[in-house]
Amino acid sequence: MFNPSSILSGDRRALARLLTQIENGEAAAEPALAALFPQTGRAHLIGLTGAPGTGKSSLVNELAKTLRSQNHTVAIVAVDPSSPFTGGAILGDRIRMRDLAGDPGVFIRSMASRGSSGGLARATADAVKVLDAAGFEKILIETVGAGQAEVDIARAAHTVLVIEAPGLGDEVQAIKAGLLEIADVFVVNKADLPGAENAVRALRASLDLAHPAARTWADDKMRGHHQSLASSPGSEFDGINWMPPILQTVALEGQGIAEVTEALERHQAHLHASGEFAQRERERLAYELKTRLREALFTEMLARLGNGKLNAAIERVLARELDPASAARELAKDW
Amino acid sequence: MSDAQRNIRVLVAKPGLDGHDRGAKVIARALRDAGMEVIYTGLRQTPEMVAEAALQEDVDVVGLSILSGAHLSLVPRIIELLKANGQPEVKVFVGGIIPEEDIPALKGMGVTEIFGPGASTETVIEAVRQAVRNAT
Repeated sequence: MFNPSSILSGDRRALARLLTQIENGEAAAEPALAALFPQTGRAHLIGLTGAPGTGKSSLVNELAKTLRSQNHTVAIVAVDPSSPFTGGAILGDRIRMRDLAGDPGVFIRSMASRGSSGGLARATADAVKVLDAAGFEKILIETVGAGQAEVDIARAAHTVLVIEAPGLGDEVQAIKAGLLEIADVFVVNKADLPGAENAVRALRASLDLAHPAARTWADDKMRGHHQSLASSPGSEFDGINWMPPILQTVALEGQGIAEVTEALERHQAHLHASGEFAQRERERLAYELKTRLREALFTEMLARLGNGKLNAAIERVLARELDPASAARELAKDW
Repeated sequence: MSDAQRNIRVLVAKPGLDGHDRGAKVIARALRDAGMEVIYTGLRQTPEMVAEAALQEDVDVVGLSILSGAHLSLVPRIIELLKANGQPEVKVFVGGIIPEEDIPALKGMGVTEIFGPGASTETVIEAVRQAVRNAT
């Protein structure tokens, strides 16, 4: 029986070890997660994403410093890509975060994407739960933008910050549907570089095209409820829906940081005041439950079917006797 | 949790006042190309920063790159902190400019292996793998 007290009392060795077990997908992590789950739900989860070179880590460093000066405890999960060929990774986000060294109110963990985006989202979500249970009030989850994996990780956050920088083809970047739609706050970092104003304008123009509406995920069946909250095209911000602010920072100089932390606070307050927090929590956990249910059912079904039936089906498909969709339907009926 | 995967996690750190990290970066890239996850901390780390990173990242191995000659004061301090933090099992490697006559002292402190500037990346990779195998 897992004893959660070590994590809850702030034992960092135990915390770091558990995070490793979660990353490795070890069965030993499961009772720990089950025991700690009731202690989750207090942290403000902040996702940060943006292309390489936008200065995410420097911004995270500055945000964390400001949050610490406000007496919040801060955990940072920094996700970097693994090489698809070697499986290895260089995890270098800590380089930018030396200001946070030695601060007992900060915990930084670097995670490699390890190839599978589904696995990454799950490991990140579980790591965040443990950090939440361990008492960190603000959890910053930093990923490299802009793939499905990053959108999935954003699903795990309450507030999503999308970071741009001038001169990286932002006009195109901003319009990329996934990033534009998931952002609650936009930050144009390196705002001292030429092109900063253009980047801000491009974002604003893109946002105007995508008129504000209470967000719902396309695969979520509660559309009807949310569409009733959506404002009509071209209307003003009506006090219910959140219009993502577009802020400018120069992270290396510490400029513009206070405005960002204020925006994070305002968004968190908005989520609670509008009832959207409860809605997002519901969506987030429902999505996770469905994902795990799908996996659990699939594993169970495969075990019951056995390799014999599966291989027979593959042979029939290969011989063009049966199409894959029909074969799958037959197998699903049969187990 | 079907796609379980275990990667060796290595902290590559530059304690002390070294001015450049070309060698450390070469090693970091080589370890990545060998499938390991390398947490690279950058220059001018104090022993406390190294131990803190090793703890939070739950690394298997700490690789210290020292060019300044301060290895006989930096290394024991780092090893002491690793033990104090509950990580006595972490394997410590040292690379950089280390006089031969200091090697026995370092090994006596618990350093697994010392690599000079001529060491091949293959040697380093194999030594790290072996050290992790021995630990499990």
